[in-house]
Amino acid sequence: MHREGGRIGPFPHLPRTHALRRILLATLVLGLYVLHQDWWNWTAARPLLFGFLPPGLAYHALFSVASSICMALLVRFAWPGHLEALAGEASRSSPAAAGSEEPRG
Amino acid sequence: MIEAAFVFAYLAIVLYIGIFAFRRGAGTGEDYFLASRSLGTFVFLLSLFGTNMTSVTILGSSGRAFRDGIGVYGLMASSSALVIPLTIFLVGTRIWAVGKRFGHMTPVQIFRDRWEAGHIGTVIFALQAALLVPYIVVGVLGGGTCLHSISGGKVPMWFGGGLVAIVVMSYVFFGGMRGTAWVNAFQTLLFLSFGLVAVLVIGNGIGGFGPAVERMLADVGAPGKPSLAQHLTRERPSMDPWIFFSYTFIPLSAIAFPHICIFCLTARKMESFKRTVVLYPLCIMAIWLPCVFLGTVAAGQPDIAAKVATSGDPDSVMLLLLQAHAPVWLAGILGAGIMAAVMASDSQILALSTMFTADVFAWYGGKRRFGERAQVLTGRVFVIGVTVAAFIIAMRTSEHIFDIAIKYAFTGYAALSPLVVAALFWRRSTKWGALASCVVIAAGLIGVAVLEQIHAAPVPPEKPYAIGPGLVRTPGGVMALGLMPVVPLVGLSALAMIVVSLVTPPPSAATVERYFPRPGEALRPLPGSGRAATAAVRT
Repeated sequence: MHREGGRIGPFPHLPRTHALRRILLATLVLGLYVLHQDWWNWTAARPLLFGFLPPGLAYHALFSVASSICMALLVRFAWPGHLEALAGEASRSSPAAAGSEEPRG
Repeated sequence: MIEAAFVFAYLAIVLYIGIFAFRRGAGTGEDYFLASRSLGTFVFLLSLFGTNMTSVTILGSSGRAFRDGIGVYGLMASSSALVIPLTIFLVGTRIWAVGKRFGHMTPVQIFRDRWEAGHIGTVIFALQAALLVPYIVVGVLGGGTCLHSISGGKVPMWFGGGLVAIVVMSYVFFGGMRGTAWVNAFQTLLFLSFGLVAVLVIGNGIGGFGPAVERMLADVGAPGKPSLAQHLTRERPSMDPWIFFSYTFIPLSAIAFPHICIFCLTARKMESFKRTVVLYPLCIMAIWLPCVFLGTVAAGQPDIAAKVATSGDPDSVMLLLLQAHAPVWLAGILGAGIMAAVMASDSQILALSTMFTADVFAWYGGKRRFGERAQVLTGRVFVIGVTVAAFIIAMRTSEHIFDIAIKYAFTGYAALSPLVVAALFWRRSTKWGALASCVVIAAGLIGVAVLEQIHAAPVPPEKPYAIGPGLVRTPGGVMALGLMPVVPLVGLSALAMIVVSLVTPPPSAATVERYFPRPGEALRPLPGSGRAATAAVRT
């Protein structure tokens, strides 16, 4: 990663704070992916959560909750609002959608 | 038979929903196939989730947990809880935006327009359709099996499968996307509501989950019969860490499935995606956690285990638990909930119909010659044709064959995900790269299928054996370098897309600019073009 005039390498078109935010969020997603491979729970049968949920199952249930929180953070801090502008001015008439052009190669 | 009566009542309700949706229809192609892109947040979330909730979710997950234990949740559910909403957030929103802007109704329309492709789009359609058909057949089969089991064998398989096929066909025929979305939302609500009741009733019936789990932990096993305590960990042989890793690639299939992609086009506003992606992991947990846990605990119930051993069908374990521990009326309602999940083939039937009418009928001139009404009529006739064909195939073929086909379908669609990503995120991608990717996927799937036919699966206690450099035949299938085929196929598909795109000419700059307007640019229609493109111009 290199810094140049307040911009950060992988995202030269973004202000520095936005680029840092994206890097943090990408790290969060990658971190969650790694945490999904919980090899440390492979043989664990105890302690039972609430007296009946084995640790391997309780961990992955919590992982699902963590995924939901992660998505909430993505929605809050990385929402692709520019796509709404892309969709907004609907011309609704590309050749493919119209289905009336002769087939091409 | 009382349980079956509840299921019949349920089928009548969904039929009514479909016909009610028909009355709300506008008669246009976009209304029939995409509900006029008008779904609000609530229906969008529930129907998108519902369309992903199939017989695999309810019956398959509990059946597999009965055999392999709690690891099934991490294997199939929690990986989906991260990957599916993430792909909907990143890719689904973009599909929605380009669909809305350019009027696309199917993924192939996006590919054709984005890459200036014609017949290559037809190749992608053929590959997608071939991978989708087994799903529809299994839906019909699942309906027949479910009704047969719920009625205690009084409703024959052919009648159950036929009835489910007719009901699904009717509400898809009449209601189109609006009917399908409403039915899916209703089905999801039904299962979310009664799933918790099922857990409580079954838990009470088996004398509490705590004691049941403690009995499993205390089991020491016997020669040739591993301890039940293994079910509460991931020590079963099928829970190899590399298989666990490989399974995280399977949810990539979701965004490449045509019915999911088409559902992304139905949202009224992009705002609908916000709650959908946040709540999606929690919905997965609400459905999968009870199914996997109940399936696991059932392995420690001698009466249920004996019945499963007699029937030879672990996927019936959830129905057996309900029959053993729920009162008749509740078993009927819950059976209807299970039926709801099994009948998820509706979206696939509609997606196939939408694809055929838009990507083949309209593309090859049908819409121009015969008009939009003929396009909708073609879609409806295709719904009947697909359903009848699926029923005939389902009644003449072994379910096992289609279970295998679905395994290939998940792998194939996961390998198609680089195609979707390249079309929407990589300016330099080309139609030739897409074609190369499709060829690699088709060749890879056929290769795996041939290898699995030639080399018989080892039956435990036989050990997996090598069948070639880096290739091992295991009971679950062929493994490449210790990984499931989905991992190398996704990699090879992406590689083919990248390499071939870089050595072939890109689409015209005008097309690329339409899809990738630069930051700070505004969009406006191209001058001199009454019907076609828009371009990005600097402001």
